Amino acid sequence: MIQTVDFFPPIVDDPYTFGQIAAVNAISDVYAMGGVPRVCMNLICFPSCLKLDVMEQILQGGYSKVCEAGAIVAGGHTIEDDVPKYGLCVTGYAHPKDILANATAKEGDILVLTKPLGTGILSTANMADMLEKPDYDLMVRLMTRLNKYAQEAMMDSHPSSCTDITGFGFLGHTAEMAKGSGKTIEIFASSVPIVPQALELARMGIIPGGAYNNMGYLKDDVVIDKNIPLEVSDALYDPQTAGGLLIAVNEHEAENLVRRLKDNGEDPAIVGYVKSFDGKAIRVYE
Amino acid sequence: MNTLDARGYSCPEPVIMTRAALEKGTPLTVLVDSMTPVNNITRFAVNAGYKVTHKAVGEDFELTISK
Repeated sequence: MIQTVDFFPPIVDDPYTFGQIAAVNAISDVYAMGGVPRVCMNLICFPSCLKLDVMEQILQGGYSKVCEAGAIVAGGHTIEDDVPKYGLCVTGYAHPKDILANATAKEGDILVLTKPLGTGILSTANMADMLEKPDYDLMVRLMTRLNKYAQEAMMDSHPSSCTDITGFGFLGHTAEMAKGSGKTIEIFASSVPIVPQALELARMGIIPGGAYNNMGYLKDDVVIDKNIPLEVSDALYDPQTAGGLLIAVNEHEAENLVRRLKDNGEDPAIVGYVKSFDGKAIRVYE
Repeated sequence: MNTLDARGYSCPEPVIMTRAALEKGTPLTVLVDSMTPVNNITRFAVNAGYKVTHKAVGEDFELTISK
C-alpha cells in the first residue's frame, strides 16, 4: 500500500483547472512509486467570503482527474481558512515487486524525463498576468497531465529507480536519487527539455523564490558547467507543480522506453546517466 | 536619484515595479526585503543592459542600477 498527501493554494484563477492541477500533483507520487491510485480523500480549506460554487468547481476539477486515474473519492474534510487550498490524500496499491524507490539507481543507468521543465516560472508569470494564451495553455496542459500514461509506458522497461519532479526542482529530485543511490548523476543541460517561454521569463527575472531556495540547499551537491546560460540553470532548479517522472533505466532499455513514452503521448527526453560516486551528487554539462 | 521601495511585495512584483521605475531614468536605487527580488531584479537588469550592485541594509537589501 502506498499513501501520499499534498495540497496547496491556487496557482491559476480558474477553480476547475486548479482542482485538476492539485489532484494531478497529489496523485503523482503513487505513479512514481509504481503503484495504482485507488482511494482519494479531498482536503479543502475555503474562505467564507467566496461563493460555494467556486468550491464545487475545484472539487469537480479534482474529481475529473481522480476518475481519469481510475480511483474514487471516498470523502474528505473541509475547514474555513483565509486563502483557499485544495489537494488529496491518496491511497494506492502495487505488487511488492513493482514498487519503485527514488534511491535505487544503478551505475550505467540512463535517465529519462517525461515532461519539459518550467511550470514554476510560468506560474509566477501567470500570477502577474504576464503569460500569453498559448503559453498559459501549455502550462495548464503540462500540469493537468497525469503521470499515469508515463508510468504505464515505463513499467515494461523495469526501471531501477523513479521519482517525480515537484517542489525541489529537477536538480533537487535528481540529487535525491543520486545521493540515495550512492552514485553521481551526470546531466546534459542541452538535452533537458525546457519550455522556451520559461527561459525567456527567467532572463526577465520572473523566477519563483523556491528556485533560489533549491539552489541554496543544493550548492554543495551540484556542480554546473560555467558555460551553461544562467536562465537554463535557473530552469533546472525551478520548482515544478505536477512535473514529470524521472526514470533511471538500464541503458539497453532506454531507447525502447523513450519510444513507448512517445507512443503514450508523452514528451520524453534522455537527460543524463548514472555513474559511480565521484565526490559530487550531480554534475551538469552543456 | 530615482528610488523605489519594493519592500513588502513578493515576486514578480518587485521586478515589474523596477521595470516601470527604470523608465524614469538611472541611476535607480531599489529597496527590497529578501534575496529573491535581489536575484530577480539583477537578472532582469543585467539582461536589459544595466549594471547592478547590491548591499545589505539592516535586514533589507539595496540595489543600485545604472547604465
